[in-house]
Amino acid sequence: MTELDWSAIPAALPLLGRGARVTLEITGAALAGGIALGTVLAVLRVSPARPLSWLSAAYVNTFRTIPLVMVLLWFFLVVPDVLVRVFALPRSADVRFTTTVVAFVLFEAAYFAEIIRAGIQSVSRGQLSAALALGMRREQAMRLIILPQAFRNMTPLLLTQAIVLFQDTSLVFVIGLLDFFGTADAVGRRDGRQAELILFAGAIYFTVSFAASHLVKQLERRLAT
Amino acid sequence: MYHWRWGVLLEEVPSGGATYLDWILSGLATTVAASLAAWTLALLVGTLMGVLRTVPSRTLRAVATAYVELFRNVPLLVQFFVWYFVVPDLLPAALGARVKALPPFTQSFLATWLCLGFFTGARVCEQVRAGIESLARGQRAAALALGFTLPQAYRTVLLPLSFRIILPPLTSELLNIFKNSAVASTINLLELAAQARQLTDYTAQPYESFLTVTALYVGINLALVALMHLLEGRVRVPGFLHGHEERDGGGAPEVAP
Repeated sequence: MTELDWSAIPAALPLLGRGARVTLEITGAALAGGIALGTVLAVLRVSPARPLSWLSAAYVNTFRTIPLVMVLLWFFLVVPDVLVRVFALPRSADVRFTTTVVAFVLFEAAYFAEIIRAGIQSVSRGQLSAALALGMRREQAMRLIILPQAFRNMTPLLLTQAIVLFQDTSLVFVIGLLDFFGTADAVGRRDGRQAELILFAGAIYFTVSFAASHLVKQLERRLAT
Repeated sequence: MYHWRWGVLLEEVPSGGATYLDWILSGLATTVAASLAAWTLALLVGTLMGVLRTVPSRTLRAVATAYVELFRNVPLLVQFFVWYFVVPDLLPAALGARVKALPPFTQSFLATWLCLGFFTGARVCEQVRAGIESLARGQRAAALALGFTLPQAYRTVLLPLSFRIILPPLTSELLNIFKNSAVASTINLLELAAQARQLTDYTAQPYESFLTVTALYVGINLALVALMHLLEGRVRVPGFLHGHEERDGGGAPEVAP
């Protein structure tokens, strides 16, 4: 058994901090974009117009059958090429961060859409009928009556999915983007202390996710009472 | 414009003796083998831990809870790296050296099996626990009153009933394990996703290889859904709705819009 030597960690902290910033930026952007697109998808899904509902279902089911790694690789190997061609960008432009965020938004939206749809359906039907009876248009009823209640009901689930998303962002490793974990791994290889840095990164992810999921559990209990 | 060339899949690879399509198929075989092997481990570990989550002993419950928290709060990628890069270093020197002397494929496959098995086991554990807790308390009491020991009550009454109830969420975990196996490409396992990249490097025809591999993932998914649907129809417990919500917001209960 090899002795673990943690002495490389303090010197690595500034770099790791920069990596952590990338992780948080991707998480934040994907969360905001994913929930926004997910809401649109969910509203379309429950819409009475069949083709819209069908389109949304097709979108959600497609993204849910493909591994995230494949989605990231698609966007990394294929999409930049298209972007460069369509927008006549210079070949060398580093569009990795943008493509990553777009990939995460499109992918996570499928999962958020399912949560939000369940939230919408958890609001009693009478609410919609009452709103319509008061003379609201369907879109107004959705925006002012149904969605606010739906979001309240599904906040814990959305937050749980946000924690999953936070962990999933580590997969940008496959396209070589240096987030928190990618940085830890790179520094570990450089210093010949890969095992220590992997364990250190794992401990940080654990601490953040564990604390966050306990906060979500508390919130859930508060909402339930 | 992109120059489509689907015929590239039938061309021979530079090392000879195989076509690019053969590479993809061998990736498919690896994905299926690794996923099914890991699923077996996940069911075993998940059932054991799920039972421990519900037993009277505080210590055993704490062990199972610690297992679930640990494996659910560390990203899958990090867990892959721990099994592949760290664990061999932490084993006793003789054993570690033997692991490192294994052929590269075996090392990657072994790490993938353990990683996906224990990772998914934590999720299975929570489903099993939820299944057991969803049963009427009387089931356990009746079994014990009839003179069953606690292990007997679990084996013959609680677990069989629970499994029939939790089949739908277990199905989505089975689908997840196939999708998650794509992460094994990061520890040099030449499964489907890794083959998509390798083909792109070799043929410079990314669209053909990516479309083929993506279609295969979709195909695996559809086949499994159909298979599990058949199974669910056969084992559904009369009187139970199969609308159990999945944990990570996966499937919503089916309610008419």
